[in-house]
Amino acid sequence: MDLVILLAIQVLYAIASLALISVGLAIIFGMMRVINLAHGEFLMLGGYAAIVATSYGVSIWISMLVVAPVVVGIIGIIVERTIIRFLYGRMIDTMLATWGLSLFLVGLTTAIFGNTTVGISAPLGSFQIGAYRTSGYTLFVIAVAVVVMFGIFVVLRGTRLGLIARGTMQNANMAAALGVNPPRVYAVTFGIGAALSGLAGAVLAPVSGVFPTIGVAYVAKSFITVIGGGAAILSGTVSASTLFGTINQLATFATTPVFGEVALLAAAIVLIRLLPQGITGRFFRRGL
Amino acid sequence: MKVDRRRFLQGTAAAAAAGAFSSPAWAADDPIGVASVHDLSGGLDIYGKPMVDALTLAVEEANAAGGLLGRQIKLINYDTQSNMQLYTQFAQQAALKDKVAVVHGGITSASREVIRPVLDRFKTLYFYNTQYEGGVCDRNQFDTGVTPAQTVEKLVPYAMKKWGKKVYVIAADYNYGQITSQWVKKYVTENGGEVPSIDFFPLDVTNFGPTISKIQAAKPDFVWSALVGGAHISFYRQWAAAGMRKSIPMASTTFAVGNEHIVLSPDECNGMLICYNYFQDLKNPVNAAFVTAFQKRFGADYPNITELAMGTYQGFRLWAEAVKKAGSVDRLKVIEALETGISIDAPSGKVTIDPPTHHCVLDVHIAEVNDKKLKVLEDFAQQKPADTAAVCDLIKNPTDNQQYVIKI
Repeated sequence: MDLVILLAIQVLYAIASLALISVGLAIIFGMMRVINLAHGEFLMLGGYAAIVATSYGVSIWISMLVVAPVVVGIIGIIVERTIIRFLYGRMIDTMLATWGLSLFLVGLTTAIFGNTTVGISAPLGSFQIGAYRTSGYTLFVIAVAVVVMFGIFVVLRGTRLGLIARGTMQNANMAAALGVNPPRVYAVTFGIGAALSGLAGAVLAPVSGVFPTIGVAYVAKSFITVIGGGAAILSGTVSASTLFGTINQLATFATTPVFGEVALLAAAIVLIRLLPQGITGRFFRRGL
Repeated sequence: MKVDRRRFLQGTAAAAAAGAFSSPAWAADDPIGVASVHDLSGGLDIYGKPMVDALTLAVEEANAAGGLLGRQIKLINYDTQSNMQLYTQFAQQAALKDKVAVVHGGITSASREVIRPVLDRFKTLYFYNTQYEGGVCDRNQFDTGVTPAQTVEKLVPYAMKKWGKKVYVIAADYNYGQITSQWVKKYVTENGGEVPSIDFFPLDVTNFGPTISKIQAAKPDFVWSALVGGAHISFYRQWAAAGMRKSIPMASTTFAVGNEHIVLSPDECNGMLICYNYFQDLKNPVNAAFVTAFQKRFGADYPNITELAMGTYQGFRLWAEAVKKAGSVDRLKVIEALETGISIDAPSGKVTIDPPTHHCVLDVHIAEVNDKKLKVLEDFAQQKPADTAAVCDLIKNPTDNQQYVIKI
């Protein structure tokens, strides 16, 4: 029984971390149709922002939940204004440009911080479930994911800003005719996507550590999740994370981590074969 | 500067005389080329940078002492960027274009197996200076790193005596992890213990939650880690965050090679046992002088001189010793000189080439991670590479050329 509870927590954690690392990409790729190959590096920058802020004495919670998203969000807006805005509608070109950007960011962080970065340990200690122990930080990551998803839902569904963003992405010319300034909406949306990536990178930093090339470990999984999820940002991310996270954790627990990764990829391939538009291409079509 | 006519004439005459004298002896004055082929960028640079630093120091020391055979040594540095293609390319360049006397390089077993055949084909002497899983048998290659028979064999009984007989093994899923974990299993079984499970991890895995529960369910006396690289550091973080560091101890022959003990906080890795040939804290006069020279060259705040850096330093010193003995940099003459069983007094203690295997006989030490320092607990003098010796005899079969996977 203890083991079942422990396992349930870990499955939830896997879902939460997949959802967190993919949601920024889901906004940038799902809404804006920009293939952002520098997504992993946005996560990495979030981790560095949190570590640097903490080392300057900022409380770890503030550096993770405030400093990291703000810093990476600003970087995102700069990137959008200087690179991405010239490339809307040219998917291959954005891929190349963001790939170059990702190499540049890896090189830059290596030059500034070196390769071995002193990380931060996970706060909150551990707690006992029967005969087993697990980290309290796991629960915190799950909570952050829930809050972020709920926050996105509220903003997109309930606020004027969300309405404008959705409208502009669907038909920029029409939105412009109604008095919206599409370039500004694009920049803000890209910035918010980047900020969410920064938040995810910071929240996962105490667990996974931070080094300049860590983006590679994230980027493939986030793309698999977003493509598996399909067009709808929220329901797509949540449903694909749930599916892949569960399969990955249970397969890892039952067999080996190698097989766990294989199971995740195999599930993704089958899913894309059966549902080329992703999960939300067929189900939850009216979802966000 | 004002040059008058007389001085001008003197100068030209001297230059002409020097030119006349030096041209017949031109080849002898040429510097001796030594190539370094290491990853200085990309995922493996945490290992490569200290190795190249140590090699740089060794070359500078040799040059300051007058070079070898009266010639200066020129270090040609190639950065392979953690990319196997570049290994092939740079090994060829070092052999064919630079015509170096020796190549020091390769970090992972994969990179070694990429350049080994290239250097064999172009008859260029090769030194592989990393601790590895053992078994390479090639007359053109010398290995100065420790093998499992030298470290795992010592650390397993030590840890079992301290903590108990049930050992859970976790390892990186490639050559080194696969073979080393088999050695761990062999020595645990031989010492009357058991290994309930060996789990392998791809090098980019960062979530260890399910494994940590599995380990708890298996209730081992200690965990043996052969995890490798940046992503795997997160295992130690998650292990400590789950409160496991204090209840189940850990031993490793990969930890701290990339200075993991400095990256992690003391709370995440204190008490872990490790076993290597070299620790910066070794107490002997040669090491004291070496550490002073190293810190003078690369800064007093240099984090920690690693095992791999020392292997590279010792590799160069052994080669230089052999060149002196052979009186030549000719490949075969140097190999023959090395095969006489050359030894040096290195900072890690006495290091001797073992002629039949081309590996080294050297001291190993068990140490404990203690507040970002590595505290030496016990020394084992002059360990032989028994694993490789079981399969490889280059004196009897000089043409042998392969990596044996030792059946366990």
